[in-house]
Amino acid sequence: MNENNNSATSIKPVKKRKKSFRVTTVLVYIMLSLWALMVLFPFYWMLLTSVKDYGDYSSEYIPQFFTLAPTLDNYAEAFSAVPLGRYFLNTLIFTLITTALMLVVTVPAAFAFSRLEFRGKNLLFTLFLALMMIPNELVIITNFQTITDMGMRNTFSGLILPSVTSVFFIYLLKENFEQIPDELYKAAKVDGTSDFKYLVKVMIPICKPTIITIIILKVIECWNSYIWPRLITDDQAYFLVSNGIQEIRENGFGRENIPAMMAAVVVISLPLIVLFIIFRKKIMEGVSRGGTKG
Amino acid sequence: MKKKGFKAWLYLLPAVIFLGAFMFYPLIDVFVYSFEEGYNSASQTSFGVGGYNFSYVLHDPYFMQALQNTFLLVIITVPLSTGFALLISLGLNSIKPLRNLFQTIYFLPYVTNTLAVGLVFMILFKKTAYTDGLVNAFISIFGGGSVDFIDGPYWAKMFVLCLYTVWIVLPFKVLILTSALASVNEMYYKAARIDGTSKFRMFTKITLPMISPMIFYLVITGFIGAFKAYSDSVALFGTDLNAAGMNTIVGYIYDMLYGDSGGYPSYASAAAIILFVIVLTITVINLMISRKKVHY
Repeated sequence: MNENNNSATSIKPVKKRKKSFRVTTVLVYIMLSLWALMVLFPFYWMLLTSVKDYGDYSSEYIPQFFTLAPTLDNYAEAFSAVPLGRYFLNTLIFTLITTALMLVVTVPAAFAFSRLEFRGKNLLFTLFLALMMIPNELVIITNFQTITDMGMRNTFSGLILPSVTSVFFIYLLKENFEQIPDELYKAAKVDGTSDFKYLVKVMIPICKPTIITIIILKVIECWNSYIWPRLITDDQAYFLVSNGIQEIRENGFGRENIPAMMAAVVVISLPLIVLFIIFRKKIMEGVSRGGTKG
Repeated sequence: MKKKGFKAWLYLLPAVIFLGAFMFYPLIDVFVYSFEEGYNSASQTSFGVGGYNFSYVLHDPYFMQALQNTFLLVIITVPLSTGFALLISLGLNSIKPLRNLFQTIYFLPYVTNTLAVGLVFMILFKKTAYTDGLVNAFISIFGGGSVDFIDGPYWAKMFVLCLYTVWIVLPFKVLILTSALASVNEMYYKAARIDGTSKFRMFTKITLPMISPMIFYLVITGFIGAFKAYSDSVALFGTDLNAAGMNTIVGYIYDMLYGDSGGYPSYASAAAIILFVIVLTITVINLMISRKKVHY
């Protein structure tokens, strides 16, 4: 389609028009580059500051845009002065278990809604859809009380259990399951395949792209989650990276050691950025299908 | 048939248990909390039932401050970010070389940790004893006086918060609008070009109506998201948002629940319900407007 567009514009015989077209293109590129700079600059700045020597950094009244003596000391400091490795491991455990449980809950539910017949199906599905409209802020208060009453503060179960379900993912997957033709199911039934085997051997492989999408969305959500972990943990041994970074900001390193702080920020930001670079297409596609933020 | 129904419920069991325990029950409970007066979380008793919690919250100066901050944030960032996202998407759509690169770069903030990058913004804007910070260095080049954007005047803090919010929410909007623009049928433009329609007219008469459902989708989710702002503010100003005067409604709810000022689930519930009513009202208004204006 774009090629059509180009050929259509290049046919245009009037020279004057072509020139103004070129000027707008240059302007567009300038605007886009400026915003790209705005987006990239904070990343550059954190990387730069993280390799600046603490003494050098402190003596710069006007911050310098480069450093001639990069050092990795700040990274060593970040891992030794605060339990950054611990935060990292906690987040990894939290993310993996939550995502795995999410699949265990979501896939069978989507299967039941899309393929099985039972009384009250429509009513239950409507109820599920209604839950989608409920903001987290409304339910988090009671969840906080529940988890506290059950003595699960500062435990992984307390962190994970309320974070597992997402009605939206059930909905997304159900829609996808329903696109699989009925004939496949009937053929499998004739062959005597059980429902469970059909789900595992046929439906899941066919809907793999959607499943990967919801996994990616969940991983991003888990890695960046801050509010629930902050409510439910006050023991540093259970902090996730977001809480860790807040703790570092308020108490770690002594308030002024910005380079070490930035080293920690780099370490924390890196996994998702690497993940993004590897799965760029999948992530952007997934977010445009099911993401919210903003 | 009966056996089949049983099996279906078995598949649904995990979802029903999780949703029941952590969504459905809390949803009912939050209304109970909000009308229980003088609830004590230690003894789990309350004096009685009534609207006192709501009146307490609505007369709390901290809540009023949070309400003002949140409304300002919404009014400033939603139109600004949507408009700017539209501008960027139109730019992206009109070029071919480097388009993928730009798209990838623009998406980066979406996958970064809000709190981590907020710290970078804080450093760029903060003024300390030994440095004015980079942004102030820039301002002084143009002859302006230095301002502390993090601990300074209200407008400066608001400015940083809005800027950071726009920076954070833009990736999603650009992504949605770029794909919406790409899906507009090329035939319309071709027909318009044959008729000699001007670019501006093509934009207002073809592009805008065709992508208007997506714009309204972004405005609605933008409103909802901005009303629930909290982490961005924490990232910039620290956890004690009341002291910084930069609290948001959601921040107020959590402060009531937990932390130095916490232990009042009833007030938190009342505030959460007030927030829900505000968001619901705005969304309904948005939907009513979109029904009139959006071209489907």
